[in-house]
Amino acid sequence: MDRILAVLKKEFLQIRRDRMTLGIVLMIPLIQLLLFGYAIQTEVKHIPTTVFDQSLSAQSRDMLEAFTASGYFDVTMTADSYDVVTHNIDSGQAKVGIIFPPDFAHNLKRGTSAQVQVIVDASDSLLANQAIATANSIGLIKSQQILVQKMPSRQLPYDIRVRPWYNPDGITAYFMVPAILGIVVTMTMVILTSVAIVRERERGTLEQLLVTPIKPLELMIGKILPYIAMGYIQITVALLVGVLVFHVPIRGSLLQLYLLTLFFITASLGLGLMISNIAKNQMQAFQMSFFVMLPSILLSGFMFPRAAMPRFIYYLSDIIPLTYYLDIIRGIILKGIGFEYLIGQVTALLVFSIFFLVISTLKFKKKIV
Amino acid sequence: MIRVSKVSKRFKVVSAVQKADLHVQKGDIMGLLGPDGAGKTTLLRMICGLITPDEGEILLMGKPLEQLDKYRDELGYMPQRFSLYGDLTVMENIFFFGSMYRLDRSVIKQRADEILDITNLIPFKNRLADQLSGGMKQKLSLTCALITRPSLLILDEPTYGVDPESRKEFWKILYDLNRSGMTLLITTPYMDEAELCTKVAFISEGKIRLVSSPADLKKSFSYPVMQINLKTRRPINLHDLPGILDVSYMGSKVHVIVRDREQGHTEIQNYLLRNRIADATIQEVLPTMEDIFVGLAEGGAERWNMP
Repeated sequence: MDRILAVLKKEFLQIRRDRMTLGIVLMIPLIQLLLFGYAIQTEVKHIPTTVFDQSLSAQSRDMLEAFTASGYFDVTMTADSYDVVTHNIDSGQAKVGIIFPPDFAHNLKRGTSAQVQVIVDASDSLLANQAIATANSIGLIKSQQILVQKMPSRQLPYDIRVRPWYNPDGITAYFMVPAILGIVVTMTMVILTSVAIVRERERGTLEQLLVTPIKPLELMIGKILPYIAMGYIQITVALLVGVLVFHVPIRGSLLQLYLLTLFFITASLGLGLMISNIAKNQMQAFQMSFFVMLPSILLSGFMFPRAAMPRFIYYLSDIIPLTYYLDIIRGIILKGIGFEYLIGQVTALLVFSIFFLVISTLKFKKKIV
Repeated sequence: MIRVSKVSKRFKVVSAVQKADLHVQKGDIMGLLGPDGAGKTTLLRMICGLITPDEGEILLMGKPLEQLDKYRDELGYMPQRFSLYGDLTVMENIFFFGSMYRLDRSVIKQRADEILDITNLIPFKNRLADQLSGGMKQKLSLTCALITRPSLLILDEPTYGVDPESRKEFWKILYDLNRSGMTLLITTPYMDEAELCTKVAFISEGKIRLVSSPADLKKSFSYPVMQINLKTRRPINLHDLPGILDVSYMGSKVHVIVRDREQGHTEIQNYLLRNRIADATIQEVLPTMEDIFVGLAEGGAERWNMP
């Protein structure tokens, strides 16, 4: 115990004198959150749109009005031929082309289907999905209006009432900010501890330490503890930005969030420590950290829903600590749920922490080579 | 104190240490000498338990290395490379390493003060280790190695790259430690320091060539050594003369190891005459450790008819 304390104290002194690291620990959550919180918008609005209206009628203007009023389409260009529409989309100036045929108004008056062609640049799938879904629903709504006008007595046969819980306005930041917080913490923790042992090996300081009676487990724990404090500092900064800048509501218990976060921090630190015990030098440690971080970010459900992943990838994402933490942090912040719903996730993180620590301790030999 | 028997260590294809035998007795200052890459550091690290030998046995204080964890405080080790934390101060380093041995803060402080007083580091107590001079760093390393008051101190080139004045001071401290009963095992590249050891062991190409005391070594050196004192420095080349075994240059002095006293003297004199070097004198001297070392490193013990 006294040896753990001595290592802990030493690490704190070193961190305190390492202004660079300290700055990074504080600045990363701040900058990342501001940057990504604003930049990452999964809901695509104001799509630049080019219009080729061959009908030039009150009806086509009315339909176009419905498109722009949705807020999803901004008519930035008009075209007077198909070629111009093609050019506008090819050049990327417009992402959507809306084309009214010459007989649009005529068909509408006669009671036959009036076609509107909507061309979507699907090279960006997120944008395309949004544009297609919106265009379809605008068509449906406008059709319903006409049908109801024609048969005023009839009710619509179906009435689906959707209630988007937890984030009724669909604000992306609510969803993203907790996730970015998780990524920032795991990234910093893994990178900081991934050099913890290998740096001492490289600088030669391990040689003196190894002749002392220190036990591997004491060294590992002493190395990890100070960074738990770092992790909490980061989370606090990130939460402050989330609440003050993005107005993310914290619906659950803040205390529970802090307590359960401990398991995520230790799992991340353990992972870093394990890397540090495997890597031969600091360069390798950095490379391994990035090798681990990328799948964490992509597969944890941070950007893409896990439900959409193929089976194999889905199971792969089961061995990523961030996956469980996203459940925890989104659960507590957005859904306001508590520990009773998160026992599985916490257990998983605990298992990760112990596993990484055990491997690190076993891998660490009190030898130079 | 230390008994190394038939110890070998290979690194991939390089054989670092081969069947080394070394016996260090209580009260010795044993100097381990040899050219770079001879296996000195590997041998010391094996004795400290930092490298596991491929074969052979090492006993420290009569106990096998496997039990080292029980008597680590008996062993002080000062690695070749500065191995303390540069971003900690002198006292923080000392407290850290002291705590590793579960020493009380008060005990650490008292012992640190004692040693820092001897090493003149008291004024630098709160300075970061990185900001110390080379000599001061070595003294700090020594302080940390001594914090448990070990009975055995192992030092790997402790004075390498340190100025002569600091080296002298450092050796004075080592002598005092030895007088108080501490056993020392030390490597050094400086031959004048080898003379300060009570025993020396020569190692080259991973093999221990011989173990002796400096005095015995000089007595048993079977060839005369001629010293040429040159008033003016000039290039001379004696290597190709008959009967000359080895030549080493020390500024204005040249040491020549010759097979036969009379023949060697004559050969050198003739050479000086031939090259019109009039202001030089020739005298026979006792071999220095340097002479012996160079000879051993180049030819091995057999060439010099040594034990």
